[in-house]
Amino acid sequence: MRLTGAEITIQCLQEEGVEFVFGYPGGAVLYIYDALFNQDKVKHILVRHEQAALHAADAYARASGRTGVALVTSGPGVTNAVTGIATAYMDSIPMVIISGQVPTPAIGLDAFQEVDTVGITRPCVKHNFLVKHVDELASTIKKAFYVAASGRPGPVLVDIPKDVSQHIAEFVYPKSVSMRSYNPVTKGHSGQIKKAVQMLMEARRPMIYVGGGVILGNAAEQLTKLVRDLGFPCTNTLMGLGAYPGTDPQFVGMLGMHGTYEANLAMQHCDVLLAVGARFDDRVIGNPQHFFSENRRIIHVDIDPSSISKRVRVDVPIVGNVADVLEEMQKLVNAATARPDATALKDWWKQIGEWRGRDCLRYDRTSNLIKPQYVIEKLYEVTGGDAIVTSDVGQHQMWAAQYYKFDKPRRWLNSGGLGTMGFGLPAAMGAQMAFPEATVACVTGEASIQMCIQELSTCKQYHLPVKIVNLNNRYLGMVRQWQQILHGNRYSESYMDALPDFVKLAESYGHVGVRIENPADVEPALREAFALKDRVVFMDFMTDQTENVFPMVKAGQGLTEMLLGAEDL
Amino acid sequence: MRHILSLLLENEAGALSRVAGLFSARGYNIESLTVAPTEDPTLSRMTIVTSGSEEVIEQITKQLNKLIDVVKVFDLNEGNYIERELMLVKVRAEGKDREELKRTADIFRGRIIDVTDRTYTIELTGPRDKLDAFLDAIDRSQILETVRTGASGIGRGEWVLRV
Repeated sequence: MRLTGAEITIQCLQEEGVEFVFGYPGGAVLYIYDALFNQDKVKHILVRHEQAALHAADAYARASGRTGVALVTSGPGVTNAVTGIATAYMDSIPMVIISGQVPTPAIGLDAFQEVDTVGITRPCVKHNFLVKHVDELASTIKKAFYVAASGRPGPVLVDIPKDVSQHIAEFVYPKSVSMRSYNPVTKGHSGQIKKAVQMLMEARRPMIYVGGGVILGNAAEQLTKLVRDLGFPCTNTLMGLGAYPGTDPQFVGMLGMHGTYEANLAMQHCDVLLAVGARFDDRVIGNPQHFFSENRRIIHVDIDPSSISKRVRVDVPIVGNVADVLEEMQKLVNAATARPDATALKDWWKQIGEWRGRDCLRYDRTSNLIKPQYVIEKLYEVTGGDAIVTSDVGQHQMWAAQYYKFDKPRRWLNSGGLGTMGFGLPAAMGAQMAFPEATVACVTGEASIQMCIQELSTCKQYHLPVKIVNLNNRYLGMVRQWQQILHGNRYSESYMDALPDFVKLAESYGHVGVRIENPADVEPALREAFALKDRVVFMDFMTDQTENVFPMVKAGQGLTEMLLGAEDL
Repeated sequence: MRHILSLLLENEAGALSRVAGLFSARGYNIESLTVAPTEDPTLSRMTIVTSGSEEVIEQITKQLNKLIDVVKVFDLNEGNYIERELMLVKVRAEGKDREELKRTADIFRGRIIDVTDRTYTIELTGPRDKLDAFLDAIDRSQILETVRTGASGIGRGEWVLRV
């Protein structure tokens, strides 16, 4: 079958079973858009800004586990997409980005809308390709999908010059890929796994620390079984929320900079730590020297060898697919005759119980201002804990992570690594595309939402009834919090004057807008909003301007050096 | 500590910039980097001279292995190896200095490959220290220009790095 490069591109997407492409047309991709027009298997979602195309495709991948696909034009199309590509890269999200490029004879001549796409994106993709000849197009796209989804996943970009999309070649889609330079490890080393299980059985104060890798590796079920069988405490990172059920008694909450008192203390004082699909990053363990002031043995399971012993030296490294490794661990646990010392474990739980007794997530429930924590608690109740929740970045993100109890994986979608404001709304769109029947809530703030607010228009066009929970404190809340605590109350440029009337704004896009100013109205407003199944509802909650996120570990401090509330300031 | 890393990578456009970009993005030291195609034109062999603690070298090796275009990475310091660098030096050679420079070049097993009535161009190969020693042995003010390739390395004995 002889096809143009553009037709080949679309055929490849069909072969990969791609449902949706999120994108924005332009000069360099006109042939590809023409090929899209002539078929109906792959549906295109027209966003209002390329950054949103990337976030939507990214969240589609996070929610569904399938590879997200975005399509952008050359030059500004690509540069607008870079934030979204970097967001996906930092959180290891499988994506394929197709970008247009100026025709091959024009490359390097500063042509209109030319940019060195491969160069600009190189540090924030798992891999990228410039396709110089139409004959290489199909095999390159095949490789892109393979690389994106295998091993530690990540975004892969395929840059297609306009003439390549116009030229004709025989279309053959390769059945399989083999790359001598890329062979991701899957099975963990049996000897190491045996050693790890033995170490777990010897533990007196064990702790299990779970990151986003367990969600990406579809290993939540295996993890949950293993943790329950062992009877050990478990914490999830921001990216790992939902990997272990948030309502389970063995769950000690999220850890890290805004983690719970009990999770951070258990992390610091455990004697054996099992880390699964997590990477000991600065927001999780704080100051590494402080972390090492206590002795503990560490087992680290990760698919990426470079994540192991990067910030923290570990005793038992296990490189492999987390699901496979956990299954092998489970078998050994089942067969083991030795069991952890029951008395020691009981004492450890007693200690954790005392830490829990601090009730570190308490807040003032008598205030006549709307407390943001209260909004999230009510959101949890009203949605039955069963919504897909996306968030932007800042205080609202932390409150959502702390107060919405995620029992299942792929329900909490946020930009954890890059911390991209503007992620929430387009992410909600991507999740809603993946699951049209699901309840999707975007928890955001008045600053973040304005970074991609144009997507209210996309929601209208594609009937995506996402619910926006705007925690409006008229401040760049997390910046204001740091300025209060670390910069002597000097609120430099963190107050936003001249906010839009979000209710009218939502209405002008054809949606429902509602402003909530009293605590008593929070729950009824949420109930009404979520009852409107087929509409976007923008809920503008006017919250307490001075509320801060606690607990808080100041940047550079130790994990246990927490501020627990305003009284610690 | 100084380490010499040997890499085999796909001989493709952009592979070099991926390696160089990795070093700058992650703040790794780079003393020298050489690269050229091997007897198999689809593969390039690269030698990188870097330095850092054992932890940093381990991370560098892991990060290099993570690059899709990199086929193999080996730290030559893990065994015995030979290191060679090529240097071309143009020196002012006039009067009685001409004989002295010739003698010094001979001692270092250098060859004079270009001559004018006022200059010599000397070719030298060897490990870095030897080339440094030659530059120290002649009068610095005589040096007009030096060109060095950076080190290439290969393991000793039967051991080979190949696909």
